[in-house]
Amino acid sequence: MAKLKSSLTNMLLSLTLITLVAAGLLAGIYSLTKDTIAATNAAKQQAAIIAVLPQVEGLNIAEPLEVDGITIFKAHQGDTFAGAAVKVAENGFGGTFHVMVGFDNAGTITGFEVLDHQETPGLGSKMQEWFQNVRTIIGLNPAQSNLTVSKDGGDVDAITAATISSRAFLAAVNKAYNAYAEANNAPQAQGVSSATPIEAAETLAADSLAITADDTTCAADTAVATDANIVAEPNVEPAN
Amino acid sequence: MANKAFKTLTNGLLRENPTMVLVLGMCPTLATTSSAINGMSMGLATTFVLLCSNVVISLLKNLIPDKVRIPAFIVVIASFVTIVQLCMQAYLPDLYASLGLFIPLIVVNCIVLGRAEAFAAKNNAGLSALDGIGMGLGFTLSLTILGAIRELLGTGKVFDFTIFPDSYGMLLFVLAPGAFIALAYVMALVNKLKK
Repeated sequence: MAKLKSSLTNMLLSLTLITLVAAGLLAGIYSLTKDTIAATNAAKQQAAIIAVLPQVEGLNIAEPLEVDGITIFKAHQGDTFAGAAVKVAENGFGGTFHVMVGFDNAGTITGFEVLDHQETPGLGSKMQEWFQNVRTIIGLNPAQSNLTVSKDGGDVDAITAATISSRAFLAAVNKAYNAYAEANNAPQAQGVSSATPIEAAETLAADSLAITADDTTCAADTAVATDANIVAEPNVEPAN
Repeated sequence: MANKAFKTLTNGLLRENPTMVLVLGMCPTLATTSSAINGMSMGLATTFVLLCSNVVISLLKNLIPDKVRIPAFIVVIASFVTIVQLCMQAYLPDLYASLGLFIPLIVVNCIVLGRAEAFAAKNNAGLSALDGIGMGLGFTLSLTILGAIRELLGTGKVFDFTIFPDSYGMLLFVLAPGAFIALAYVMALVNKLKK
């Protein structure tokens, strides 16, 4: 068959045909892989919740709570509130990334998982490794420690050569904590289960965090100042 | 005929190696070779796209008028890239997590469009398939070697096997400048060997 001439009809027909076939093919592949992709992501999310809340045995995860794009999974052990996994999105160096942060019932970070990211391979991509093993933030409480990079006057050293990714990561952790603290109003207001001073203290700390949330450094400083008066109290009260 | 087929297949490995000799597709070459496994996966994904697009384009070459050939080629290539992306996301989520950003960029990889234009549009489907495989494997080979060198010098590992402790690694080689340095040396070596 001879090559088609570049007449207007030929060009239109040829391009339309090719794009139609391509669209059909992609629609087919999409519907084939859609369920698997959703299942993979759901399994990943479930695994992440369990990974960030290692202290909870026989985890009982409540329905996810969504506030401003932040998803909170509250975990109960029996009837006691045992902590929560909070999933947040934040803008990093290479685009939006998602982190799942786990808190115990006192607001201490028990673990975290970077769910997806587009940070520079070999640099920002080390977020998980770095903040878990090298400069660990696990065991810190965002209300008591200034979780910003040391370059900004905080308590955590940034990843070498990836300060922007580190800043974004710590901002995400603080964001997750704020959402966690705010959401814990809910059980208190309804008078269910653990209306302990811990909850009240967190609420206050959260409020002061929320006021100055625009400026992270400032917010964290305020948090440090407030917790001296308030959050110190729960230490007297045994956790469970 | 058999000789020509063999020549087409091996063309991409050394004589016209897309990375080292034609110097095409530098964006993924520099960006994804921070480790051997990343380089290899990127190479294999590109090989798949190259093979499929070469075959389809050589079959369609008479149906595509000259003046719209570039958009037509791009649509074909982009479709295959999207297929790779969806399949990888569904069945190889871990790999997708580390390469995800670069997969859509295969669409604009000069090698794929370059082979479509220079080879597939002028030859039959069989030869185009061989050319696609050869070029793809040549690309995979150079990316794997480059990735292995950078991973070894940067972190002391190759394919995640520890050769020497991480702390002796030169971070430079995992970063962008290391990509240029390693590429330049490998390219020089290939040119020397080719003579």
